[in-house]
Amino acid sequence: MNGYDPVLLSRILTGLTLTVHIIYATIGVGIPLMIAIAQWVGIRKNDMHYILLARRWTRGFVITVAVGVVTGTAIGLQLSLLWPNFMQLAGQVISLPLFMETFAFFFEAIFLGIYLYTWDRFENQKKHLLLLIPVAIGSSASAMFITMVNAFMNTPQGFEFKNGELVNIDPIAAMFNPAMPTKVAHVLATSYMTSAFVLASIAAWHLWKGNRHIYHRKALHLMMKTAFIFSVASALIGDLSGKFLAEYQPEKLAAAEWHFETSSHAPLILFGALQEDGEVKYALEIPYALSILAHNHPAAVVTGLNEVPEDERPPLYIHYLFDVMVTIGVFLMVVAAAYWLGSIFRWKWTAKKWFFGLLVAGGPLAMAAIEAGWYLAEVGRQPWILRGYMKTAEGATSSAHVDTMLVLFCLLYMVLVIASATVLIRMFRRNPVERELAERANNGEVAP
Amino acid sequence: MTLEVIGISVLWLFLFGYIIVASIDFGAGFFSAYSHWANKQHILHRIIQRYLSPVWEVTNVFLVFFFVGIVGFFPKTAYYYGSILLVPASISIILLAIRGSYYAFHTYGGTERNWYLIAYGLTGLFIPASLSIVLTISEGGFVEAGASGVALDYGKLFASPLSWSIVLLSVTSVLYISAVFLTYYADEAKDERARALLRRYALLWSGPTMLSALLIIYQLRYHNPEHYANLWNVAWMLVISFLFFVITVWLLWRQRRFGWAFIALLFQYAFAFYAYGISHYPYLLYPYLTIYDGFTNETMAMALIVAFIAGLLLLIPSLYLLMRLFLFNKAYVKGKWEGGKG
Repeated sequence: MNGYDPVLLSRILTGLTLTVHIIYATIGVGIPLMIAIAQWVGIRKNDMHYILLARRWTRGFVITVAVGVVTGTAIGLQLSLLWPNFMQLAGQVISLPLFMETFAFFFEAIFLGIYLYTWDRFENQKKHLLLLIPVAIGSSASAMFITMVNAFMNTPQGFEFKNGELVNIDPIAAMFNPAMPTKVAHVLATSYMTSAFVLASIAAWHLWKGNRHIYHRKALHLMMKTAFIFSVASALIGDLSGKFLAEYQPEKLAAAEWHFETSSHAPLILFGALQEDGEVKYALEIPYALSILAHNHPAAVVTGLNEVPEDERPPLYIHYLFDVMVTIGVFLMVVAAAYWLGSIFRWKWTAKKWFFGLLVAGGPLAMAAIEAGWYLAEVGRQPWILRGYMKTAEGATSSAHVDTMLVLFCLLYMVLVIASATVLIRMFRRNPVERELAERANNGEVAP
Repeated sequence: MTLEVIGISVLWLFLFGYIIVASIDFGAGFFSAYSHWANKQHILHRIIQRYLSPVWEVTNVFLVFFFVGIVGFFPKTAYYYGSILLVPASISIILLAIRGSYYAFHTYGGTERNWYLIAYGLTGLFIPASLSIVLTISEGGFVEAGASGVALDYGKLFASPLSWSIVLLSVTSVLYISAVFLTYYADEAKDERARALLRRYALLWSGPTMLSALLIIYQLRYHNPEHYANLWNVAWMLVISFLFFVITVWLLWRQRRFGWAFIALLFQYAFAFYAYGISHYPYLLYPYLTIYDGFTNETMAMALIVAFIAGLLLLIPSLYLLMRLFLFNKAYVKGKWEGGKG
């Protein structure tokens, strides 16, 4: 086994699983809320278009849930298969939220099954909508519990480390660790934001192609408003995350911002390229902005990388991930704001084809920001798997065959992603909304 | 009762739950594929689809519960089993992934492919076979623990008659449990042709399950004498299990009370499964890991038990609702609300 490196391979395989899983997980957390909003608006306005939106979104949603379930099962098992030493240690302190996540998901799965098969069983639509509430609560709660575990890896607490053993364990303190509030809030807000942008993309795609059906306009309008609200929320929480990092994980913030020396009046570096000699070129420097981000004061002192031992510094390329995340986030917020204002003041340019093109790009861009954000969070914690207690290399398996498993899972995820996309596209092409509207009109459900 | 015993009992219950629900699911998939191949699809397809549709995700969660729970209560299992099971568990994940996702693609997305149906049916047999390997490994003799970690001896595992008997039992049980349940389900739906066919399958597979179970007990005597000796202490449980088996087969044979036949089957498997589990005590992995040296701290154990009870209070009413609306809803079972989906 020449050059066989189970630690690196375990990292790659875990990263691969998470890269795929996070797409379906983000959608899985956000879309139930969007379906609920659409169905609620439909009931309130007595407008069958919104009800049909909820129906069609649900149909697509189940497909993504299925892939989310299987990739979620994969990562759940891979935690123990690839990181047995880490789980043996951390499991003693942090298994409670992992365990509760299963309950939350179970709860969600049961009600999703019921919701899906009972569209026509209730005379009163409101009763059917009630079934969706546990789905939305369950999916958001499972995101919260899992993010608690991730937060614990960044700021572990709720135990004492004596003679290589964990004592005085307090599972509740471990769950409510310092990283938890901002992380959970950011994950939830960005999931809602991304899901809204993804659904808006679909509507925008039809408008861009020239299909000006009112159904797509209503969908776009509803989702862009929702997306705007959650992009503002995400940005505000992102600011709080910066303050959290400055306080509890200064090395992550310093590496992400290329803040090499501790200093006051610290500028925020955006973009740029790091040269081999450590010089930053082509960057945009915003004076005092890092001090404000970190401590809400332009003169505040921000800890630099120089105060972190060299073997405990995260890789510096995470700055590019930060750039991608923030740029996309701000860009999408502006686009959503422009759309909303445009619809209020009847601007012409926000109803042009090129603008719809921008909106089509919104969904994929938001998803790219999610990926960049998670890479930033995970790579930014390196070299630790449990910050301050266990390095990633110590947590990994020493088993043979991680390489073969990596190849197998690569193939599996390729099949899953391609198949789920194909199935979704074919499903909606085969049953376009115009036809469904016409059919329902024939049944006397809706005026065409 | 110590916390350790409470913990493992709860987990064992979940594993039992998984074995029953998953067996019904896997077997149904296999019968569905087989009936397609044998041109009997018109008889079985509808009844199986109607049962499977609303419950497929629930099945998977039982498994997730078990492995998340066991790492919670016994974190050392993550080290031992995590290191050993990389390959077998990864293969199980991949098979489960193919099965779960394609089931959804097919049912909700309307994709019709013959090769997929065959793959779906076969995973129904391969998944239990690959998962059952864990039970074999737990008997010891296939694992070497050294300074550099623990490793699985694949050569020994594949050459062992014990592992093949356990595979055999898992596969035959899947078919038997599933056939008995679906016979009852078809009876509820008043679908007599499906019921007759499924009853034949159930009777066909009843004998092989019993034979392969006896084969395992016989081989355990040579493979793990300690476990075998402990098994004799709970022989009464195995006798009760056998009596329930006789009741199921008799009811099926006389073609009556299919519901009771299935309940008797549940008791048959519960007694056998708990007899196996109790005699396995205190080892999680012979001879390296017992429930006592692998146990988590007391605070975490209490927290997990409290969370477990709270969770059950939430889940039991929800599951009850699910069953009321679908599994045991006479109108649904008979096919009313066919168009209810989306």
